[in-house]
Amino acid sequence: MGYVSGLKCRECGREYPVDPIYVCEFCFGPLEVVYDYKKIKKVLTRKSIEKRPKSLWRYKELLPIDGEPQVGLNSGFTPLIKADNLAKVLGVRELYVKDDTVAHPTLSFKDRVVAVALTKAKEFGFDTVACASTGNLAHSVSAHGAKAGFKRFVFIPATLEQSKITASLVYEPNLVAVDGNYDEVNRLCSEIANKYKWAFVNINIRPFYAEGSKTHGFEIIEQLGWKAPDNVVVPCASGSLLTKVWKSFKEFKEIGILKELETKVFAAQATGCSPISVAIKQGSDIIRPVRPNTLAKSLAIGNPADGFYAAQVVKETGGYGEDVSDDEIIEGMKLLAKTEGIFAETAGGVTVATAKKLIEQGKIGRNETTVVCITGNGLKTQEALAGRTAEMHHIKPNMDAFEEILKKIGR
Amino acid sequence: MAVKVRIPTPLQRLTQGKEEVEGKQGTVIELINDLEAKYPGIAERISEGGKVRRFVNIYVNEEDIRFLQAEQTPVKDGDEVSIVPAIAGGEHQQRRDL
Repeated sequence: MGYVSGLKCRECGREYPVDPIYVCEFCFGPLEVVYDYKKIKKVLTRKSIEKRPKSLWRYKELLPIDGEPQVGLNSGFTPLIKADNLAKVLGVRELYVKDDTVAHPTLSFKDRVVAVALTKAKEFGFDTVACASTGNLAHSVSAHGAKAGFKRFVFIPATLEQSKITASLVYEPNLVAVDGNYDEVNRLCSEIANKYKWAFVNINIRPFYAEGSKTHGFEIIEQLGWKAPDNVVVPCASGSLLTKVWKSFKEFKEIGILKELETKVFAAQATGCSPISVAIKQGSDIIRPVRPNTLAKSLAIGNPADGFYAAQVVKETGGYGEDVSDDEIIEGMKLLAKTEGIFAETAGGVTVATAKKLIEQGKIGRNETTVVCITGNGLKTQEALAGRTAEMHHIKPNMDAFEEILKKIGR
Repeated sequence: MAVKVRIPTPLQRLTQGKEEVEGKQGTVIELINDLEAKYPGIAERISEGGKVRRFVNIYVNEEDIRFLQAEQTPVKDGDEVSIVPAIAGGEHQQRRDL
């Protein structure tokens, strides 16, 4: 009853049945889900989507499940905010923020991918789910997994911010802090995944998990009134989100929901971890691994799994890649908060600051429509702003003290 | 003395279970083609049309050949060549100081 015809190697095209596998046995390329678009076209239309509940599952035919959704029934369908105040500061006509800071239940876009991954894990019959994470994924696997009744193993780099650790522990998963960076945690998890029959959402479930990111893109199109933007700016860690946002646009075109598609896709990274934007700027097909050094920890993947494909999408669509310093990231976070009232995590600062840079460079046109993808909530990484926010006013409990302050503020 | 070539687990079926085999000096691509003579089927797993596959990393003395002379990187007797599947883009990256 599903719409998935199988898995296919992105490199050599070899086909595989739908199984918890992720790498081509022959050439080691990544596997991707293949759909029967002709069949989907008959059932998925603007009208049929609009009648459904406001969650990411309203696009379920384009997600890799066989039965009905089982996890994250309230996830997705986050607001697309028309960001007029920010547009004014940046000097562009039309700007939108796709706001996954309010994703349900753990306030990042990972709630989308995990909803899909855990539904698939149920279909495969796993009783344990696991992940390697820089934080947001840990929260989402812990929370969605608790609600869905899975045993959970969550592996994080031990250097993660305390607030992100607490926000996992509250759901009582088996949380394992590993002495090493994300790439090292991932490597360990690949070994664990070979030995234990668990659903590692970003390893053996990856082809299915990654598809969940498309819903971020489907929603952008729907919320723009079934139109594609001129530009979309996407933060890159592994590069997967960027490739999937583009895939979602192309799929809507493929099944006739979108009439026209001329979107340019832009990659945003932190300069302290910018293997993808550097390759794009150099016009190179080679993603040179780096050792991450940035306060945008949720983007700190030095050896990005989908880096090559992300760079290809950028090239194919006529977009560009840029990266920004830690200071620019902080300024980006503050700018989004004080203009649009949205407190994004550091990755959001990366995206806003990169968009600003691309506009100043003329890479993003001032008269065009641009969407910036904001993927996680700032309340999770407050440490990043310590000592870098505006100061509060501290007074004695009397009117004189207060009016003294008012004079200083200049009102 | 020959070139030492380290074979990853998924390809050891083609080398009769050997983790390390000997290769001939020349360039990396010549080395791969020479391995094919001894271990039929191995070359197409590693390369296609004279190019190393995107998700296979090859290191000569711990340095990624993409940052040397790629397929034309020279290898000589005594050198160590490692063949390492990237596994979905590098999550199995070889342990080395970046």
